[in-house]
Amino acid sequence: MTPDRIFRGLFVLYLLAFVAYLFAPLLIMSVAAFNESRFPTVIPWQGTTLQWFSAMWADAAMWKALGTSAIVAVLVVLVALPVGTAAALVLTTLHARARSFAYAVMVSPLLTPGVVIGISTLILWRQVGVGGGIALIVVAQTTFIICYVMLMVMARLQRFDRTQEEAALGLGASKLMVFRRVLLPFLRPALLASGGLAILQSVENYNTTLFVRGFETPLTVFIATKVRTGLTPAVNALALVIIAATVIGAVAYEVARRRQLTRQPRS
Amino acid sequence: MRDLYGRFGGGLATIFLSLVLVWLAAMVLAPNLMMIDYALRPNLPPAQIGGPQDVRSLDNFLYLANEGVHRAIFLKTIWASALVAALTLVVCYPIAFWMAQRATPGQLAVALMLVIIPFFINEVLRTLAWFILLAYRGPLNAVLQGIELIDTPIRWQGNGGVLAGMVYAYILFMLLPIYNAIESLDKSQVEAARDLGASTVRIHRRVVIPHAKAGIATGCVFTFMLAAGSYVAPALLGSPGSRWFTEIIYNWFFEGGDWNRGAAYALTLLVLCLAVVLATLRIARVNLTDVAK
Repeated sequence: MTPDRIFRGLFVLYLLAFVAYLFAPLLIMSVAAFNESRFPTVIPWQGTTLQWFSAMWADAAMWKALGTSAIVAVLVVLVALPVGTAAALVLTTLHARARSFAYAVMVSPLLTPGVVIGISTLILWRQVGVGGGIALIVVAQTTFIICYVMLMVMARLQRFDRTQEEAALGLGASKLMVFRRVLLPFLRPALLASGGLAILQSVENYNTTLFVRGFETPLTVFIATKVRTGLTPAVNALALVIIAATVIGAVAYEVARRRQLTRQPRS
Repeated sequence: MRDLYGRFGGGLATIFLSLVLVWLAAMVLAPNLMMIDYALRPNLPPAQIGGPQDVRSLDNFLYLANEGVHRAIFLKTIWASALVAALTLVVCYPIAFWMAQRATPGQLAVALMLVIIPFFINEVLRTLAWFILLAYRGPLNAVLQGIELIDTPIRWQGNGGVLAGMVYAYILFMLLPIYNAIESLDKSQVEAARDLGASTVRIHRRVVIPHAKAGIATGCVFTFMLAAGSYVAPALLGSPGSRWFTEIIYNWFFEGGDWNRGAAYALTLLVLCLAVVLATLRIARVNLTDVAK
């Protein structure tokens, strides 16, 4: 064997190890949902069962947590989409020097640790007598989720041809109408994508939510508490359902995106 | 500003501007200012707030500097986060290089999908997966005992567990920026270096890494920041001996009941993270605009 082939062989091994590193934990967690053992594991296998799925289904606390997460996610999208879009539009109309300063301020929440966002929000709102709860979770999460929306809308705006607006104006449309009938439809894919991302970010957030949750228990807090206070494979069953949902969602999104790309190859 | 009004008309432009200003003032600026104010004030019972004892000082920061255990945990969090960034870089670099320079388009598509899927799954679940894998009587110990690599189970929970879980959690934040950077490197440059007799190590040191510097810096910055601010991994995979600074902060708020001291600790973490981010970007000469992509 030449050194080159040994090197290549070693690299293939490394690739396989990397893929195993990525997926073994998720696989073990998912498979453990079907094991009869009371503590979630795969060794020893004590018999195949679906009982943990029905246990999860019957868990009222889980449904309540899911409901809380869903309400928060919807509210986050309702706030983050308009504000993020407005931020992108304001930023793109600023002049160069003002723009780079405003940009730094506007992406700063992304460079702030999540716990700090939660803490500072909690402190500020205590001054006006608002404690942790759904409202504060929404406020704290949107603080940084707006940044993601802004970045995605800006990326799309860069490919916008301003002459379309001018043409519409020349044909007698009002500025409001141009925005509604020309710019908004153009931004639609970016808005849909950032809406999806916002939901994902909101539902999966833990670091920020932990500090502003008050007496609410969103899904991530519910799972983390279970791990510490009494983990059963019912949590794995829930994990498997969430994983399946996210993977299906991601694939559907990717398929939709590709279809979009082939439909308008020029934009 | 005038462009904004000219383009969208008075009504819309005013709405846009006020949305953005409310966001920046009430959600970005005010909370941070209030946190600074809190950090500078002593923790007093409600009746004494605004009284003669309610004066600003650096006491809360000095407390952190003088309290041995907390200071040690703070310093450990910094170097452990740097270690997480370094380990993640070592794990990701070969993969990123392969994806950007060697993989066929088909392999690349599969690789990108395989890398991205785990990161659609939320951090708590990914950490839970490691919790199960690393359990004392869990699969990893069972396998290692099965192949007779170890006699007795290893207690992974603690520093090792936290490190493994964090590297796992932040792979994508390291892999994608480096991949993007190496992807723009012309393949013929690598070939030219090889034709001229450069060794593999030398090619990477003199051609690939300098070209990918911005991507590497971005990946390291994000990984460091996420690791330093992480709460899930240390809480679930750690042990009492491997506490993370965020856990200390959490305790001030919800167990110690001293929000002022907690605010000072959080502020210290924030300043440290921003300092590391800005210093790294300056050293690597990366623009902030290029980071947040």
